[in-house]
Amino acid sequence: MAKYLLLKHYRGAPAAVNDVPMEKWTPEEISAHVQYMQDFAARLEGTGEFVDGQALAPEGTWVRYDGEGRPPVTDGPFAETKDLIAGWMVIDVDSHERAVELAGELSAAPGAGGKPIHEWLELRPFLTAPPTITE
Amino acid sequence: MDETLLRAVVPTVIGVLGRRGADFAAAEDAVQEALVEAVRVWPAGPPRDPQGWLVTVAWRKFLDATRAETSRRRREERVDAEPAPGPGQEADDSLRLYFLCAHPSLTPASAVALTLRAVGGLTTRQIAQAYLVPEATMAQRISRAKRTVSGVRFDRPGDIATVLRVLYLVFNEGYSGDVDLAAEAIRLTRQLAAVSDHPEVAGLLALMLLHHARRPARTRPDGSLVPLAEQDRGAWDTALIAEGVEVLQAALARDRLGEFQAQAAIAALHADARTAEETDWVQVVEWYDELVRVTGSPIARLNRAVAVGEADGARAGLAALAGLDPALPRYTAVAAYLHEKDGDVATAARLYAEAARSAPNLPEREHLTRQAARLNALLGGRATGSAGGR
Repeated sequence: MAKYLLLKHYRGAPAAVNDVPMEKWTPEEISAHVQYMQDFAARLEGTGEFVDGQALAPEGTWVRYDGEGRPPVTDGPFAETKDLIAGWMVIDVDSHERAVELAGELSAAPGAGGKPIHEWLELRPFLTAPPTITE
Repeated sequence: MDETLLRAVVPTVIGVLGRRGADFAAAEDAVQEALVEAVRVWPAGPPRDPQGWLVTVAWRKFLDATRAETSRRRREERVDAEPAPGPGQEADDSLRLYFLCAHPSLTPASAVALTLRAVGGLTTRQIAQAYLVPEATMAQRISRAKRTVSGVRFDRPGDIATVLRVLYLVFNEGYSGDVDLAAEAIRLTRQLAAVSDHPEVAGLLALMLLHHARRPARTRPDGSLVPLAEQDRGAWDTALIAEGVEVLQAALARDRLGEFQAQAAIAALHADARTAEETDWVQVVEWYDELVRVTGSPIARLNRAVAVGEADGARAGLAALAGLDPALPRYTAVAAYLHEKDGDVATAARLYAEAARSAPNLPEREHLTRQAARLNALLGGRATGSAGGR
């Protein structure tokens, strides 16, 4: 088994095929989309492949250390940040092929006009614990 | 409460319920419920006869689950007539359970989960924690696996190779969290060796023991990996090594070589060397030849190239590497090692950095990054790039 992260981007991914922003969908289209995502997660739990799914607020704060005894410096959000993560799902699957298959299904979530968004999702393997036997 | 003792009787208890007429899925569920109850109530007052207690409670859980009163009565009548199981029957039950849980119709992950629960007696929660997935997900994985094998009949003996593959996977997962999967794999393989005299079962057990013996020396306190050549061999567990060698020799004497015996023989040669320099690399290469012959595995060929590099020099190692697919996992790391040994520090540094980027786990990536950094320092230039852990 191997864990994969399915990353959904607000910004930074190549343009989706059905690239209409959500605020221009009908309320029914939004409901259908949300339902699809919930059903997808529930189905993966049923197959024993679901690990985690979370959505992130679009705006965050940049933070960095500013030296001993000083409070951290905060900045942003920066409108020009190219890569902006919208959320993720973590899956635990038997093969890379299965991970690709599931990412494809998630990318088919319906958007404007009830048609699949064909959104680009980023699929990233987790680094694992080292195996016991190496030679 | 001795949890290991409790878990060791789980296959037997499932077998008893099976003989009383419960199908595998129902029996396994009932025993799991009884286990969860045992974990809850035993610390306050452990029973004198743990197995008897588990049978009684699991049987009650099973009866509660099968609601139809008539079928209950019929089953109860059957219990009265049930003959006491002989030791041979228990061994057969236990072996059948291994085959069922590693059935070829299951995916590796499902077989692993089912084996740990039904043969190993771990709770769903413990298995979920060990594999870092939610308990609900693991519960579903197990119940699907049980549905998959529900129709399996045992008119033919199962394939021991699938069982060994599952136990190997459990061992190789190592130890994360509360459950020590490596120790659990050894326990289950020992238990299997008690009911099966297949030489590859012994081969796998020997392989596990010999690798487990090195565990105290494999990692530094900060979690970083110590390569075999740099391990403190005084920290190796000599009792485990002695046992592993003995189990291996008995298996090899039967002259039915398999991949696990060959791998164990290689591990035994490493265990035999008091220092890395004393390693009998010529014999290691010979065993890799056997391993390649038995498995045809490209990974075995890759590891063989390392051994050839030690036995006959870096050039010979690089020549052995030449015919292999560069896309193999760890190919680049092996190439880096052999190039450094050959004196080509610049190529080795570049390859170590490349290998670090494609390393499948964090300790290995850090190890390879350190190798690249060490060589870059020798080369005198500080590599520029973005700060941080990229």
